[in-house]
Amino acid sequence: MRTRHFLLLKRSCAVLQKDLRVEFRTRYAYNTLMMFAVTVLVTVSFSVGGMILESEIAAALLWIILFFSAMAGLSRTFVQEEESGTVVALKLAADPEPVYLGKLLFNIVVLFSIAAVVVPLFLIMLNLSVAMPLSFVLVVLLGCLGLAGASTILAAIVAKAAVKGALLTVLAFPVLLPLLIGAISATRSTLAGVPLEVLRPDLGLLLFYNGMMVTASLLLFDYVWNE
Amino acid sequence: MQAQIAVKNLAKTYHCRKLFYDLSFLVKNNTVFAVIGHNGVGKTTLLRVICNLVPATSGCVEITVGDRLLSAAERRAALGLVSPELELYGELSAFENLEFFSGVRGIVFNREKAREILEYVGLKGRGHDLVSTFSSGMMQRLKFAHALFHDPQILVLDEPASNMDGEGVALVREVIRHQRERGIVIMATNEQREASYADQTLSLA
Amino acid sequence: MFWQIMLGIWMAGVIAASFLMIRPIQGLGELGRIFIYHVPAAWVAVLAYLMAMANSACYLRSRDLRFDRQALVNAELGTVFCLLATVTGAVWSKAAWGWYWNWDPRQTSIFVLLLIYGAYFVLRNAIPDIDRRARLAAVYAILAFLTVPFLVFVVPRAYASLHPDLAMVNVVQRRLEMDLPMLLVFLASLAGFTGLYFWLYKVQVSLENLLCEQTVREELR
Repeated sequence: MRTRHFLLLKRSCAVLQKDLRVEFRTRYAYNTLMMFAVTVLVTVSFSVGGMILESEIAAALLWIILFFSAMAGLSRTFVQEEESGTVVALKLAADPEPVYLGKLLFNIVVLFSIAAVVVPLFLIMLNLSVAMPLSFVLVVLLGCLGLAGASTILAAIVAKAAVKGALLTVLAFPVLLPLLIGAISATRSTLAGVPLEVLRPDLGLLLFYNGMMVTASLLLFDYVWNE
Repeated sequence: MQAQIAVKNLAKTYHCRKLFYDLSFLVKNNTVFAVIGHNGVGKTTLLRVICNLVPATSGCVEITVGDRLLSAAERRAALGLVSPELELYGELSAFENLEFFSGVRGIVFNREKAREILEYVGLKGRGHDLVSTFSSGMMQRLKFAHALFHDPQILVLDEPASNMDGEGVALVREVIRHQRERGIVIMATNEQREASYADQTLSLA
Repeated sequence: MFWQIMLGIWMAGVIAASFLMIRPIQGLGELGRIFIYHVPAAWVAVLAYLMAMANSACYLRSRDLRFDRQALVNAELGTVFCLLATVTGAVWSKAAWGWYWNWDPRQTSIFVLLLIYGAYFVLRNAIPDIDRRARLAAVYAILAFLTVPFLVFVVPRAYASLHPDLAMVNVVQRRLEMDLPMLLVFLASLAGFTGLYFWLYKVQVSLENLLCEQTVREELR
């Protein structure tokens, strides 16, 4: 049992390593995504100008930026396999689970590195102060995990569709809505500062959502991946 | 290990069009099996079904190695495919491609063996170049290296000599001859020359 | 034929009874009558969605395209009833609360249901291959379904604080003391709507099956 899990992890890491290597050489996803995220951020920051934002609105804006940035780039990794025809080679060599986990890890890495730039910029440009910095970071990380967790399998679905365009956004929004509402509520609490007990249910929700989405995706991915 | 492919009552309908129907045949070890027929009769689709890339509408393909009936996961280890629709990663070098595919198969990557196989297919000295810089003939050679690298019992070839020069055609013949000793070759082809290597021929119509 | 006529008479009876047998409800006045149609429509929307989810799971297990057609019909019917529930809800909301839309938890949940249906159809349209379409749509239906329980939990939490008074109205409405005639009419309407759903479902499924057979026959010719 343990060796099986270890093998699965090793194979997933092989997929992750390959994707990172390809991404590092071409920067297809990363550059576009980063510019997109910064563009949305600047648009938001321009439009609210010098207003002093309440933490409720700031939290909502932050997650709108992260949501659209994620949607713009996360389907890339599957779409690219499909378009370049490497999907046949991958399908022939790998079990579905390591492919899913590898792509999931890759999406998490990409999203974290986007958040690492966008979130501090957001705080600076909108002149916000964070009352509970540690919890704030935790909430952002959990939220990004959830964004990646739910959209990776949807990205695999989108890659098989004839018309891709904005399909991922359309498919992902209803699925991600509970996560977004939870993340916005938790972010608001950490910006404003609340006792930990108030934050706990939201954190629990984020964790539970992540766990459920990844488990369900693992179970369903085989149906998406294999004809 | 003796490999064997048993195709039983296989049928494939694509968009309500019957490609083949009630197809049954047996391929024993040490056989070169050729599928011939005009364009669009379903040669490639038959190979796809054998490789488990698309499901059959009815019937089944049973692959046994020794006395073991292979599961879907074991089949992946027993098959090597060279096909125009299979592409390798252009952003990686030839070495890195082989390394990656060993990784996802769970095989320890043997650098020396990779060097040998690249030399065998005629890519000596190009192993560290990005695959996107390869010509289509070199690409075809690399696909052979990729298909053979995990020592599959069954080699599936779809138009194996496409984009190949004279030397490449000799390589194809050599690979087929060698694989015949080790297991099974299944190929779809329109070339008279390649069809003549076959021990057994299936003509789809 | 007999059952269709019975269903027609039954629904006509429910409509008449909703105007004649129910006294104006305290605090809601004549507006309360819409509840006789609104709640059953919402119930059928959820029922159809559940059925679509079950059909999708059956499809993935059996790869039988009949289940895919059933899922499609269920999704279509669900959308129609979901729209009915949304519109009747909005009309009532305008009259009772003063605006058509205010992101009350109930409105949010039903709206998300509509979004899911919408995305489901968009996905189906984007995939030309029949088997692939059936497979991916089924996976999406199941995934989207999994998030519904979260919504039930999370939406009221997030919005209750913004609209405590409105949430109160909802609670009151749910706890409305129904007198016997009203309860009877409501239950009759619930049964009628469910019957209507099953009849529409049967007709639509046989239609879809015939259409499919026809395409197969034409292709073979």
